[in-house]
Amino acid sequence: MNFSLARIYAVLVKEFLQMRRDRVTLGMIVGVPLMQLFLFGFAINFNPKALPTAIAIDDPGIFARSVTAALRNSSYFDVVATTNSPSGARRLLQEGKVLFVVEIPVNFTRDIVRGAQPDLLVEADATDPAAGGFAMAALNGIATSALRDDLTGPLAARAQGPPPFNLVSHLLYNPESNTRYSIIPGLLAVILTMTMVLMTCLALTRERERGTYENLLAMPATPVEIMIGKIAPNVTIGAIQSAIILVVAKYVFAVPMIGSLPLLAAALTIYIIANLAVGYTFSTLAENQLQAMQMTMFFLLPAILLSGFAFPFAGMPRWAQYIGEILPATHFLRIVRGILLKDNGASEIWPDVWPLLLFTFAAAGLALARFRRTLD
Amino acid sequence: MTGAAATRKKPGALNIGAMAIDVKGLTKRFGRKLAVDHIDIAVPEGEVWGFLGPNGSGKTTTIRMLCGLLRVDDGQGTCLGLDIRAQAEAIKRQVGYMTQRFSFWEDLSIRENLEFVARLYQLPDRKAKVGWTLERLGLVQRQSQLAGELSGGWKQRMALAACMLHDPKLLLLDEPTAGVDPKARRDFWEQIHALSAQGLTVLVSTHYMDEAERCDRIAYILNGRLVTQGSVGEVIEQSGLSTFVLEGAHVRHFLGELQGKPGVDYAGFFGAALHVSGRDRAALEASIAPYRGRDGIAVSETPPNLEDVFILLQEAAK
Repeated sequence: MNFSLARIYAVLVKEFLQMRRDRVTLGMIVGVPLMQLFLFGFAINFNPKALPTAIAIDDPGIFARSVTAALRNSSYFDVVATTNSPSGARRLLQEGKVLFVVEIPVNFTRDIVRGAQPDLLVEADATDPAAGGFAMAALNGIATSALRDDLTGPLAARAQGPPPFNLVSHLLYNPESNTRYSIIPGLLAVILTMTMVLMTCLALTRERERGTYENLLAMPATPVEIMIGKIAPNVTIGAIQSAIILVVAKYVFAVPMIGSLPLLAAALTIYIIANLAVGYTFSTLAENQLQAMQMTMFFLLPAILLSGFAFPFAGMPRWAQYIGEILPATHFLRIVRGILLKDNGASEIWPDVWPLLLFTFAAAGLALARFRRTLD
Repeated sequence: MTGAAATRKKPGALNIGAMAIDVKGLTKRFGRKLAVDHIDIAVPEGEVWGFLGPNGSGKTTTIRMLCGLLRVDDGQGTCLGLDIRAQAEAIKRQVGYMTQRFSFWEDLSIRENLEFVARLYQLPDRKAKVGWTLERLGLVQRQSQLAGELSGGWKQRMALAACMLHDPKLLLLDEPTAGVDPKARRDFWEQIHALSAQGLTVLVSTHYMDEAERCDRIAYILNGRLVTQGSVGEVIEQSGLSTFVLEGAHVRHFLGELQGKPGVDYAGFFGAALHVSGRDRAALEASIAPYRGRDGIAVSETPPNLEDVFILLQEAAK
């Protein structure tokens, strides 16, 4: 066997020629990384700010007001609700509408004046511990400095020394701030997205490249029938994968599962179908298998980076959150963390279930609209 | 129009004089290229039609329009009494279409392929139907073999079995015998004639002249236009062609000389002999006369064959 540079060159030239012919794929190879670089470069923020917060205030006094005002002015917290009922605020936490509840108790002002060190209670949703860490430290500083400005005249002495209040924090749903408890359910969302989209993204591209598409079209099968027939078997595969991940999560990683498993199963089914529908849509759009794979990568990265899996959702800029809200992974992440860690029921997960359904129907609708019934 | 066409002929019984394919002005454009240019075809039920023409002349495109796989840009007509524009889905159910390239699932066995097809057409008594079809086409021994492992002849046999499964009224076969050995081709045509005897209409595209000669009628298409049609004899006669055969030991040296002489539309080898054809008989004879008896060349007239006619048509179009 001899070795010839000329023959290597021959193969190389042929490959380049073929690469150049497939302009769409070439464009995607250049465009996709650039787009993602800009997208994620601007969207991802390791030090999240503007975290949604509710204030439960039961004290009309001046110090309570200044703590509230300071929270409103801070960049770390975005006060989305102010209420005088701690249970109402807790409800917002349970529904995932806020990440923190700052509770200012009755007689907060009076106790500070008396030097009695009242409690300032913070409840944090620790289903995603990463989101909370910075904010807890920030809260102490914000409240202390707010009060320091108010403590003048006879109270000036209180401004010195330790904070005049007692910061009490409750990490709800994940008291030990165990990151595993948030990562493992998140992985369920991410792994399913990856495998399910990959399963169907070649569904039609493969038929087209093998020449069997013409035959399929020549026979009396409607686009809806073909789509359902191609998606349905993969739902079983998704169910098996989910079961494996959940069993490992429970027995290897000891992830708490306090919510309803049947409810989780129902949500999983919708989530799996949503991802299969995306993959199938890609297969109707892509001209060849390489393009289908590119589209899949283009979908997977945001599902990992913008869904709240890798970085706290609340910390992303608003525009990135809007993109995140479109993705099934974002909603399923909230659902799975909510059910497993917070014992969310059907009514609490519904705000994240309907976007999944909407997404599924939109993706399936696009796939059907793009399905070419002829070879034109 | 659609309703009238549908009621004119109820699919089912063979209807003497009815048309299986009846299209007028059939046209297809791909971008700016006119792939099929206002073709009229009327194929009576029960006939076997050969569809001929050079590569890229529009045969496949025409067949695909007939069975609803390509949208018709212009023209109208019916296939099995159903409107080709409005009732494409209904046409698909009654037409058996065999693609030019093998298009069954290579990772399924023969039986699995046939069962899939049978299910799509919702055939009653599926198992029996598939079993009977396997038997009739001699595929029983190979039923569990993967389609991808079959040789060309067996693939073609399987494809025919699959597109016959739902008892179509019309078979559209796109170069079914390309790359198939002579014995398999002969068997294939025996099948076609047997099916035709049962009332099935067949439109088959081919490049083989012997196959064209087995058809009731042929249609010849060139650059998207239907150039000639009729029985083999009619097509030859319509061409107005005269053909002379020059035979002899050194006859091949004269090919270059003969090409381009007045009256010679086409000169070429046919076996060891030289065929010289032209439409202007007098001029042709004058051009050949000098070769008579020269270097032991024997000149005789022969009825032109289809190949002569088609090559002439193709040359004339240049």
